[in-house]
Amino acid sequence: MIWASWSDFFDMGGYGFYVWGSYIVSVICIVGEVILVLKRKRTLLKHLSLIHESTKEEKINETTS
Amino acid sequence: MAINWFKYSSPASFYVLAGKMIPLFSIAATILFAVGLYIGFFVAPTDFQQGEAYRIIFIHVPAAWMSMFLYVMMAVWAGIGLAFNTRLSSMMATAIAPTGAMFTFLALWTGAIWGKPMWGTWWVWDARLTSELILLFLYIGFMSLQAAIDDPRRADKAGAVIALVGVVNIPIIYFSVKWWNTLHQGATVSVTSSPKMAATMLTGMLIMSIACWMYAIAVILIRTRTIILERERHTSWVSELKGVSS
Repeated sequence: MIWASWSDFFDMGGYGFYVWGSYIVSVICIVGEVILVLKRKRTLLKHLSLIHESTKEEKINETTS
Repeated sequence: MAINWFKYSSPASFYVLAGKMIPLFSIAATILFAVGLYIGFFVAPTDFQQGEAYRIIFIHVPAAWMSMFLYVMMAVWAGIGLAFNTRLSSMMATAIAPTGAMFTFLALWTGAIWGKPMWGTWWVWDARLTSELILLFLYIGFMSLQAAIDDPRRADKAGAVIALVGVVNIPIIYFSVKWWNTLHQGATVSVTSSPKMAATMLTGMLIMSIACWMYAIAVILIRTRTIILERERHTSWVSELKGVSS
């Protein structure tokens, strides 16, 4: 085992700031991109289904009137 | 039996195919990231020169490779879209750009944060760092140009021109450490010579690279599907789609 303890692991031989500074930002970017791309898809689907609903209602109105 | 090679060049059928592929790539990415990080942090030994600081390599090198690969992919799809007027390939190019820009930013960020303890500076204007920064500007330029043009087909064409012209920057980034005297070290892994690093370090780095590939494919496919829906929203197949019609 390379690390004697968890604090040894987080210290990274004195380079903790640099190592974790790299990985934390990387995780934020990757997780952030996933969240953004899924949110964009969900918003669009919701928008499209609203449009679909309204056009369906229009058609029903046209046939009944 | 004749195979219809063009079946999946139609956005409607690609939408379905991509939907099936996304879970596979997402699962592969998750597993490979876990394995790669485990090897990187718990198996790979301490570097005799750089101590533990070298562990930044497991994200820095994959991010830098992805930034270049994705640019080439983006330019190829944009070029095909421009030459053959295929809508789907242009949509792919548009979908690749944000992920490519994200990896370029990560390569620069992790590089800066690695440079500080090793070189004593966050940034130098040497050939490798400057050409990578230009890559980030090319991605941003591509995205802002496309965002500024209302007609998507015209945006595709204009973007393709930027993407294709910018390809010249890729060999400059790759060979910059050979052509110029840079602070950045030379290639650690190359096709022509054996790697200059411990086997476990190399394994961790390669697994992290494959993980980044799987991640990039998954997230680009999700984005491509969204772009397909945005552009094809007036067609009947979109309105009949589950989630839209229900």
